Amino acid sequence: MLSIKNLHVSVEDTEILKGVNLEVKPGEIHAIMGPNGSGKSTFANVLAGREEYEVTDGEVTYLGQDLLDMAPEERAREGVFLAFQYPVEIPGVSTSHFMKTALNAIREHRGEEQLDAMQFLKLAREKMQLIEMDEKFLHRSVNDGFSGGEKKRNEIFQMAVLEPKLAILDETDSGLDIDALRIVANGVNKLRSSDNAFIVVTHYQRLLNYIVPDYVHVLVDGRIVESGDKNLALRLEEQGYDWVKDNDAVTA
Amino acid sequence: MDSEKKDIREWYQTAFADFENSLNGGASLPFHAVRKKAIARFAELGFPSTRNEDWKYTNIAPLLKHQFQPVAEAPDIAAESLAPFLFKGLDADRLVFVNGVYNEALSSVSNLPDGVILDTLENAFTTHADTVTQALGKTVSYEEETFSALNTAFARTGVFLSVPAGVVLERPLYILHVSKTEGREFLAAPRNLFLFGDNSQARLVEGHYNLDGGTSFKNSVTEISVGADALVEHVRIQDESKDAFHFATTQVEQATGSNYTSVAIDLGGSLVRNNLNVHLAEERCEAHLIGFYFGSGRQLIDNHTMIDHAVPNCESNELYKGILDDRAHGVFNGKVMVRPDAQKTNAFQQNQAILLSDDAHIDSKPQLEIFADDVKCSHGATVGELDDESLFYLRARGIGEQEAHAMLRLAFARDIFNYIKIDAVRERLEELVVERFNNKA
Repeated sequence: MLSIKNLHVSVEDTEILKGVNLEVKPGEIHAIMGPNGSGKSTFANVLAGREEYEVTDGEVTYLGQDLLDMAPEERAREGVFLAFQYPVEIPGVSTSHFMKTALNAIREHRGEEQLDAMQFLKLAREKMQLIEMDEKFLHRSVNDGFSGGEKKRNEIFQMAVLEPKLAILDETDSGLDIDALRIVANGVNKLRSSDNAFIVVTHYQRLLNYIVPDYVHVLVDGRIVESGDKNLALRLEEQGYDWVKDNDAVTA
Repeated sequence: MDSEKKDIREWYQTAFADFENSLNGGASLPFHAVRKKAIARFAELGFPSTRNEDWKYTNIAPLLKHQFQPVAEAPDIAAESLAPFLFKGLDADRLVFVNGVYNEALSSVSNLPDGVILDTLENAFTTHADTVTQALGKTVSYEEETFSALNTAFARTGVFLSVPAGVVLERPLYILHVSKTEGREFLAAPRNLFLFGDNSQARLVEGHYNLDGGTSFKNSVTEISVGADALVEHVRIQDESKDAFHFATTQVEQATGSNYTSVAIDLGGSLVRNNLNVHLAEERCEAHLIGFYFGSGRQLIDNHTMIDHAVPNCESNELYKGILDDRAHGVFNGKVMVRPDAQKTNAFQQNQAILLSDDAHIDSKPQLEIFADDVKCSHGATVGELDDESLFYLRARGIGEQEAHAMLRLAFARDIFNYIKIDAVRERLEELVVERFNNKA
């Protein structure tokens, strides 16, 4: 599904990712862990197409296409979804209008019928229940005045509506209390299938108590220095990141 | 330049003679003496240059390159061609003007409440001569300002509305101006007089549209008197041709406890100048001056507002927002006068602009003149761009770049549109604005 080879990325002339390799197959959940400043968020954002990030070397193939050549909206329409670490507030755009426009853009791309307002509302209500959000949020402006936890839940709601093939969760667990963490994780688990894949970017192991990864990769200073199964995450929780920092880059 | 100005001044003086001949009986009415004084005063005043403080940012030179003709007759227009300018589902009384000339066939007025007078100004000159003579020109003087003088000289018709005390107009009044130039560069000088009695309520919607592009010069003056405790909502949508010159002066007089809201939307026009002046003459008045404009190409959109707090305990609230693309130029000049007696005044002013291009620009001049000490006044001006983070967020969900731009622009304008209380008008306006954004994104 996703094949990343020797990915180098710079932000304002500073190299952040220094040769990342990763293979993701349908049905898999990959966790990317690492200390602050290791390049985790850069990794997540560059896959979604954020323009400030300059790819200086390497390639990313997604479903046989050159992902790096695609505009952010094309990636989304092809099934890539980024759950933002810091979702923006957009006063004046209602959540329902935003999601209906997004979903219909994706459906149009897939050659599917557009949903009208009633059909969309029915779908949106179902998805709201999935993440235990009050449907009043549909009528509020996107993330406007939402608490940190509400914003993160709204990301998962959007994911549930858009049903991506590849979802990248960028520190979705940060700023969540225990209830919200459980709700978010349940949402992800319900959406999980043999056809889609998740990349869970996180600093902590706690989300991985709920979302059990197939693979865990440790990102340090722009390179994946260690890969393993879920036990690697537990070891990181116990021992911190220091022991892996000196490892050489590995191919995941 | 100066000789050009002199030539064009003489052109309007000559055009006035032709205009007089076209008035037939109208030239024998008392108002015609006022027109003659106004054209004489216009000749003395001449056109303003940018050395004039009120015209510092707005160079009217392009206007002076044309010889606009007053017209007595307008082309025929099929009723269907008005469809884009009507508001679906709106139950309103409607007066239609084509090139400034009243079109009765396209207008429709239901049974109005007892005592309400709604007519063209041209008719009202004879049918309600005393009222009109007494009120017309009372608040806008041809003596002081060129475009008011020019309007007064060429004022053939417009709307006369008088709502008696205590009467509520259930249906909004829609005044629809449509231009169809057919290659003829015409001058229209609509002159409107609105008199709202004590405790009356009314909603006005003014629309200015064009059918065939082309160049025209509309120079209107509207005088509005809002009686004690009266409530008036006034929406103005200007979407003229990209080659049109649109000048509009609106003067509002407010009596005790009255509440006036103006929502002014400017989308069209090559050179647009709106003067909106509100005189809070008695206590406990409330005035809301709300505006939105979107300029592209080489449009110049100039909003001059003046709120005169003459007495204590009044409140004014002003919010203007604009989006400018290409080489468009916006001007906002917001004067708030708080006179020495006007204690306990609340006056708030905000103007915000988004520039979509490096060549677009805004001149923003808040002008607070406060001579009372126990007041709450504030003003703020911001200029910015569309937020890149928001844009990326929308695109990352599959929304195309152009549509994402349009959504964010509409979001910026949303709080302005929310001041329009008539759903059918607000919804159609939003559609229109989105269409405009999408054409230009």
